[in-house]
Amino acid sequence: MAAFEKRRLWLAVLAALALAFPLLVTNGYYLHMMTISFIWMIAVYGLNLFAGYTGYLSLAHAGFFAIGAYTLGILTVKVGLPFWGAFVLSAIFTSLLGLVIGLVALRTKEHFFAIYTLCVGYIIYLVIDKWDSLTGGVRGFIGIPAPADIGPLSFQTPVAQYYLVLFFLCAVMFVMYRLVYSLTGRTYIAIRNSEELALTLGISTMKNKLTSFVLSVFFTSLAGALYASFIRFLGPDIAYVTVMFDFLTYLLVGGIGTLAGPVVGTLLITFLSQQLQFLQDYRMLIFGPVLTLLIIFYPHGIAGGFIRLSAKRKETRRLQEEAKQTAAELAVSRQGRSERHVEEG
Amino acid sequence: MELFIQQLLNGLTVGSVYSLVALGLTLVYGILHIPNFAHGALYMMGGYVTLTAMTKAGLPYGLAIVVSMVAVGLLGVLMERLVFYPLRDAPPLHDKIAAIGILLFLEAFAQFIWGADYQTMPTPYGNVVTVFGLTLTIQRILIIASTVVIMILLYLFLKKTFIGASIIAMAQNREGANLVGINTNKVAMMTFLLSGGLAALAASLASPINLVFPGMGHLVILKAFVIIILGGMGSIPGAIVGGYILGFSESLGATYVSNDYKDIIAFAILVIILTVKPNGLFAKEGH
Repeated sequence: MAAFEKRRLWLAVLAALALAFPLLVTNGYYLHMMTISFIWMIAVYGLNLFAGYTGYLSLAHAGFFAIGAYTLGILTVKVGLPFWGAFVLSAIFTSLLGLVIGLVALRTKEHFFAIYTLCVGYIIYLVIDKWDSLTGGVRGFIGIPAPADIGPLSFQTPVAQYYLVLFFLCAVMFVMYRLVYSLTGRTYIAIRNSEELALTLGISTMKNKLTSFVLSVFFTSLAGALYASFIRFLGPDIAYVTVMFDFLTYLLVGGIGTLAGPVVGTLLITFLSQQLQFLQDYRMLIFGPVLTLLIIFYPHGIAGGFIRLSAKRKETRRLQEEAKQTAAELAVSRQGRSERHVEEG
Repeated sequence: MELFIQQLLNGLTVGSVYSLVALGLTLVYGILHIPNFAHGALYMMGGYVTLTAMTKAGLPYGLAIVVSMVAVGLLGVLMERLVFYPLRDAPPLHDKIAAIGILLFLEAFAQFIWGADYQTMPTPYGNVVTVFGLTLTIQRILIIASTVVIMILLYLFLKKTFIGASIIAMAQNREGANLVGINTNKVAMMTFLLSGGLAALAASLASPINLVFPGMGHLVILKAFVIIILGGMGSIPGAIVGGYILGFSESLGATYVSNDYKDIIAFAILVIILTVKPNGLFAKEGH
């Protein structure tokens, strides 16, 4: 129970830090970077649910991110819907699309699934790039409104937008937490570990994979819609495979299949990218090998490695305590025996 | 009718390039059962090495291609040794991500060394010939002819030499090959050498009619995946036939459907195939 209390304390400290961030750091640039990395985190949580917990590598998630973003843009600018209506509709629309794609894509396994989704992602990119009249093509899509007011809450300032994005991030993290520790989450992990075994246990793998996929698409499209309302300009590049690889890097550095992974990885990499500004276009010279070396030597990432380490430490402590206890019991029984000896003697 | 035949010839050219790339990809898949997402980066490196050998070192086109094939082949071997070999027992998710890491690195590397600009590759075979009322550049004829030659050589290599036979043996059954004393390590390295060499050749042949730039491998590798799914993952004749089918459908699609959407045709084909047959056409049973 002590460990749980400690974790709660950590969470409280982190939440306080996140809440106080705009007050502590008045530099607008850092606030902007933080908001953006929160948006990435939401998208990476989507990827994590499917790749980390269910064990399928979807390479189409940048596409879903872009669809979420473009749907919001098109619904607000071209259709003229009110912001929050468009926001909800864009997430619903992308999830429905995810459902249709998932129904087909999930019939394929392992490599085929990765290749299939890679191609789906590329089709999404090409469609956005070529469908000039709808998406603005290579010129991009402009004029997306900032989040509309909700009652007395206004989201016109960067600080207010920061809190809005933080709210969504917390909501996504909460849902992820509840999901992972539920029977459904355990089912996903069972599928990841062995699909055949899960099937044998009577788990409907298709149904579970599909819900996991649609949920992960939902998270990612949510991030896309937030991105559109925050940056307010969209180009087809956000659907390109490089964005997908960025998500993967965040996830792997942080720790795939862990709850803390997306936060840790995204913060670290965006922070490092800022420090390596002089590299800009060449940052992949460093992150490419990092990604490869990580997967070879440290496949659990930072959070995963930490969890393993603390689990090991706990195990050693438990073993030590057990040894101590056995020693004590032995001593007691030996004493009893010698006492019996005395009585018999 | 003339337009149709012209487009068939174009399809033959494009299909030749696709086949060469898909051959390398399918060889590696057959041996190691990994979809090498970094194969497109090998293709791109091939283009740059040939270009550099020609412009900086002043080598003639043919010699530059040979240099590039060897260099990129060795790069493939390096990749196998440093990345895929250590990951041979890892879950399938891992080698895919590792391959993506290599891809990112090589692209950034190319951009770092050669810049992000589109570059043209000079060719000594730029002149145009007219045969039966069809206009053709010699470069295009060269692409088709050398692809056919390479395919015959590859066939002879695989069927007539010991190392070729061991590659086929290992593709059929890894444990079995190991049991009869085939050095699977050596075969894996050999396969990557071949795969890189084929990619470099394809890039060197195609670059004079396309362009050389860091992202030139993206579309090609995706289409190569479409081809090997079309032709059966790991199947060599499948890769060749699939390459030409895709080449023809693209050049005809560009003329008769829409030039803008010609790249989507390949992916649409793939999506349809996998929708109908989730394990690809000609999937081997029980694997």
